[in-house]
Amino acid sequence: MSQQAAIAFQILQSVFVVIAAPLLTGWVNQCRAWLQNRSAPSILLPYYTLAKLFHKDAVIAHNASRLFHLTPYILFGCMWLAAGIVPVLATGLPFTPAADIIALVGVFALARVFSALAAMDTGTSFGGLGARREMLIGFLAEPAMLMTLFTAAFISGSTQLTTIVDTLAHREFAIHPGLAFAAAAFLMVLLAENARIPIDNPATHLELTMVHEAMILEYSARHLALIEWAMAIKLFAYMTIGIALFLPWGIAGAGDWPALPLAIAALLVKLAAGGAGLALIETLFAKLRLFLAPEFLSSAFLLAVLGMLTHFLTRA
Amino acid sequence: MSSSLPLITLVVGAALGWLAAGLLGVMIPRRGAARGLFLLGALGGLAIAVLGLMAVWQPAEQLTLPLGLPDLPFHLRLDPLAGFFLMLLGGVSAGISVYAAGYFREETGGRLALICLQYHVFLASMAFVILADDAYLFMVAWETMALSSYFLVITDHKLPANRSAGFLYLLIAHLGAISILLCFGVMNGGHGDYTFEALRAARLTPQWSSVAFLLAFFGFGAKAGMIPLHAWLPEAHPAAPSPVSALMSGVMLKTAIYGMVRVIYDLIGGVRWEWGMGVLAIGAGTTLFGVLYALMQHDLKRLLAYHSVENIGIILLGLGMSMVFIGSGHGAAGALGLIAALYHTLNHAVFKGLLFLGAGSILHSTGQRNLNHMGGLIHGMPQTAFYFLVGALAISALPPLNGFVSEWLTFQTALQAPILQNDSVRSLLPLFAATLALAGALTAMCFVKVYGIAFLGRPREARHAAHAAAAGGDAGGWERCGMAWLAAGCCILGLFPVTLLLTLNRVSVSITRAGLSDAALQSNWLWLVPTAPAQASYSPIIFLVVIFSVTLLTFFLVRRFYHGRIRHADPWDCGFPEQTPRMQDSADAFGQPIRHVFGPVYLMQRHLPGPDDAAPRYSLKIEDRHWRWLYLPVARLAEFASSKIALLQQGRISIYLMYSFLTLIALLVFVR
Repeated sequence: MSQQAAIAFQILQSVFVVIAAPLLTGWVNQCRAWLQNRSAPSILLPYYTLAKLFHKDAVIAHNASRLFHLTPYILFGCMWLAAGIVPVLATGLPFTPAADIIALVGVFALARVFSALAAMDTGTSFGGLGARREMLIGFLAEPAMLMTLFTAAFISGSTQLTTIVDTLAHREFAIHPGLAFAAAAFLMVLLAENARIPIDNPATHLELTMVHEAMILEYSARHLALIEWAMAIKLFAYMTIGIALFLPWGIAGAGDWPALPLAIAALLVKLAAGGAGLALIETLFAKLRLFLAPEFLSSAFLLAVLGMLTHFLTRA
Repeated sequence: MSSSLPLITLVVGAALGWLAAGLLGVMIPRRGAARGLFLLGALGGLAIAVLGLMAVWQPAEQLTLPLGLPDLPFHLRLDPLAGFFLMLLGGVSAGISVYAAGYFREETGGRLALICLQYHVFLASMAFVILADDAYLFMVAWETMALSSYFLVITDHKLPANRSAGFLYLLIAHLGAISILLCFGVMNGGHGDYTFEALRAARLTPQWSSVAFLLAFFGFGAKAGMIPLHAWLPEAHPAAPSPVSALMSGVMLKTAIYGMVRVIYDLIGGVRWEWGMGVLAIGAGTTLFGVLYALMQHDLKRLLAYHSVENIGIILLGLGMSMVFIGSGHGAAGALGLIAALYHTLNHAVFKGLLFLGAGSILHSTGQRNLNHMGGLIHGMPQTAFYFLVGALAISALPPLNGFVSEWLTFQTALQAPILQNDSVRSLLPLFAATLALAGALTAMCFVKVYGIAFLGRPREARHAAHAAAAGGDAGGWERCGMAWLAAGCCILGLFPVTLLLTLNRVSVSITRAGLSDAALQSNWLWLVPTAPAQASYSPIIFLVVIFSVTLLTFFLVRRFYHGRIRHADPWDCGFPEQTPRMQDSADAFGQPIRHVFGPVYLMQRHLPGPDDAAPRYSLKIEDRHWRWLYLPVARLAEFASSKIALLQQGRISIYLMYSFLTLIALLVFVR
């Protein structure tokens, strides 16, 4: 495998994720509409929405500072970076050693902090409310997320996502009961971090319930488009982290061109199934009260800890 | 490398230079002179930082000064550990001194002369604490440090609150000092020789070495601000002038960490893993306590003080892990833990110094420490806002700044847990890492609160907004220089961690004779590798370059394909036109979810207005539980005991003569 091929793979993957991310969002929306007996919008609707937003005039509050203007770009950059770290199509990409799973969690935290700051920038009561709730969910989800990732790290003896995936995918088949707990915990974190039911509802603007939407209330046009797009990439990145950790089979090595079609096909199948599962969860469950979120996420944390302890016990 | 003068002489010279600057300040009580002396002090700091960094890479040097008592000269020693802490002291104090040159512009000449004296004595005493090579000089310097900082804390002694804060600080500092003194006594074991060399050579039984460990841990912990001895921090830091708070929180707490490492690793030696578990337990408690109470504060400097408590906890987590590993015979992992702790020590010094300086500039500009009265400061003081943002991101452990690197190293230490033999310890270590993760995320929330409420949004109180505009907005030139220096430190320590990793590895080897694995040492400047490249690596430079370039690429792509029309309007009022800036979140409102989730941690007194109150008031008072169960009972006990002892004091000379007489009789009877 040559260096050029690996770099080509890196660029290919990054561009692929950015382009394909809204498709996943569209697919989840479509599945949810079917499950709820509504006639489904086109799977391409997120692209149309982005195009529409990019054509509009931006309206910005008088007292918004430079931070408010910059945040959508920073968010997009963070998510793009995350898309480059996660082994979506291939392992061993040249950029992956620059940031491991802890740094990945750090990237998401960076994005969260900036979006919360931007929400408080215009000085409306909704912005502050959204920022406060988002940070609440963030500090509950982050330890659970790290514990989940640590379980995988203990199993593979590394915090590099690419090494973890190699260990889990390419070595002899072994059952890790710890991973089952970790997978459940990860799913709960994924729902919370991506503003999904039962923690948040992306389809509502009801002030009592909204979290993420309250934060971006002041954004419009291109800024809003970038934020929506970044959110789509975030969902895509989380789904692919889950796939990489718990269902890694079929992934290609960097520069391994013949394996690429299979890797893309496997990824699409897994993402389609994952998206449908997400829609199913969003249909089956109701949104929790905000102050039940700590219970939800602390059970995610406990599951992750259980997973880690199970790993220690079964290994001994 | 050969130089005509040994490094230690130069360091001592620079430290004496600080003393001289302080004395000059008293002799020439003029404002211009004091400013010059602060700048000179900053130069001295730079010199000490450079010399300290050089000392890390050289063999230890010793020096005996013919000062002190007749048969007890002062012994000094400059080894890699001392060199590292001198670098911290010099580097951070340089920024703070430059800031101080601009900060005290409203003080009268006489008061400024005193501040200049105390400030420089404080700096010099910290240098001698780090250089000391015998218990005698160490305690002299330690007490000078406590006293000079006490006088700095009560600079505004006309306010009773400041006087009582100073008293509390002095009290706890002395409790700690007694404990340290006893620790030296235990280590000495009655030989009468108190040089560190003799203490190092003394072999203690395991019981006595554990006693010495506990005494050192609590003695230095009192100064560092670990629970339950933290109570002085949130009182003393707001009372002191901001550069002094920065110096105390950024540097003085670190001398306590220095003392801990010096005494426990170097002098007592034979670190045991049980000690590590104790340190971890206290560290985890300190971390969570600090951040949870910080989230409840609306006084900016008090909030920062509680964050110092939290960060001391994080340092203790690193130290504890390192003790567990070293005590179990895993030198490389232990070295990693020690390096993580020392790295965080330096990081905390830099970003906490920066944040306290930023708080000082806000205080100057608005006259406010209360967050609930601020808002929208980013428009009036954009540069301070930028530096404060750097500090806030760094303390929130966000990549690619420095706070992230040390927390990352601490996580990596915890991930070495599988090599341990003991099952329960092995499962507990990752849970301490989870505590760290929780604390990191809570810190991020707290600094979103601080930054969002102070700098963003709209001014909450119209009169304070007017005040800020009248005071001339942004911080002065020297103040900005000081902040820029520390902000640059945050970036450099975050972006070039490998250089410091190698430096700290040398410190670790000199103290514990254990260093990192060879694979870790062979990594080049770009890749931070704590154990082996396959296990973990992190490259902040690549990280920054990629995130910067993709953000820029996005920006230009949008620019290229987008018409770029912008309309400015009022924020959307959600159909409710009578919104005022006072409807924004206040600092207390932002902490509300935390009060909900962690309710039992706090001692809360809340008064909610009823639905038909004519003049609705909302009040919330949060107390530290430690006061109820620890401090007040101890204070009452002390008062009771002294009231009983006071019965002996009759005030009549005949009674006192009788006491002497009875004592003599008793001595004759029993001793003979």
